[in-house]
Amino acid sequence: MNLIENLNKIFDSRIRLGIMSALVVNTQLNFNELKELLNITDGNLASHLKTLEESTFIKVHKGFIGRKSNTTYSITRPGEKAFKTHLTALEKMIGTMK
Amino acid sequence: MNEQQQSLQDIQQIKQMMERSSRFISLSGLSGIAAGICALAGAWFANNVIMENGGPSVYRAVVNRTIETETVQDFVGHRLFQIAIITFFAALLSSFLFTYLRSKKNKIPMWGYTSKRLLINVAVPMIAGGIYLFRQIQFGNYGLIAPGCLIFYGLGLVNASKYTLGEIRYLGYCQVLLGIINCWYVGYGIYFWATGFGLLHIIYGMVMWLRYEKNND
Repeated sequence: MNLIENLNKIFDSRIRLGIMSALVVNTQLNFNELKELLNITDGNLASHLKTLEESTFIKVHKGFIGRKSNTTYSITRPGEKAFKTHLTALEKMIGTMK
Repeated sequence: MNEQQQSLQDIQQIKQMMERSSRFISLSGLSGIAAGICALAGAWFANNVIMENGGPSVYRAVVNRTIETETVQDFVGHRLFQIAIITFFAALLSSFLFTYLRSKKNKIPMWGYTSKRLLINVAVPMIAGGIYLFRQIQFGNYGLIAPGCLIFYGLGLVNASKYTLGEIRYLGYCQVLLGIINCWYVGYGIYFWATGFGLLHIIYGMVMWLRYEKNND
């Protein structure tokens, strides 16, 4: 079996991997919370979120707190599944070390 | 770098993000030690006041309501109450300081959403408890105030343990247990406070510091 095949290309980026990890353990996070966690610029974060959204791994909820827009993100079923598969693949990769 | 090393780093990144995003991990053990020292100092001052005013037996007579003199104003204006308030703020300030320093070192904002979530979860049982205890003071049940503080504080810690390093849960359990025992030793609150807010904090702080900070920071 080719191990690399199971590693999802989308998760090649550490930042996208980080976003997914955070969303697995939090039902919802907003843009600023993700920014705070990852320590990256708005534009950079937005582009990675776009990629994840386009691959249907995350869902975007546009909302408002008072008059300020508050966009939150949550993980989707396919996203969760892809993340788990990716984790298993990573585990197996490390397993081959021995 | 080979693929295996890369995988290992990916997994470390995943683990770190899961932890950082769900828990406020900058809470420092030194904060616990500092709060404990403040509490012991407060207990020492309070003990002096008790001794000046006729010793423990008079104090116990008041809380057991065999002497009925106090009103809410007397209680709040009492030097023991003032010592408790000063001790509380000194402990809060000093523990804040060490956690601030650690969060700076870890480059995690002190006032982020994880710390807010932590604070809200400590505050809910403590504010509810505070209001309840205030009513107890109004009814003159002074003897149950000291154990009540320990119990509600302990519940706050247990509740908050999901949002920070999990060991704080055991500190919470111990505080609740102390408070419950104190319910049957009304009038000895100062010793239970010195043990709970003082000694237990110091022990907890030392364990946490040795476990997480001594080598890693």
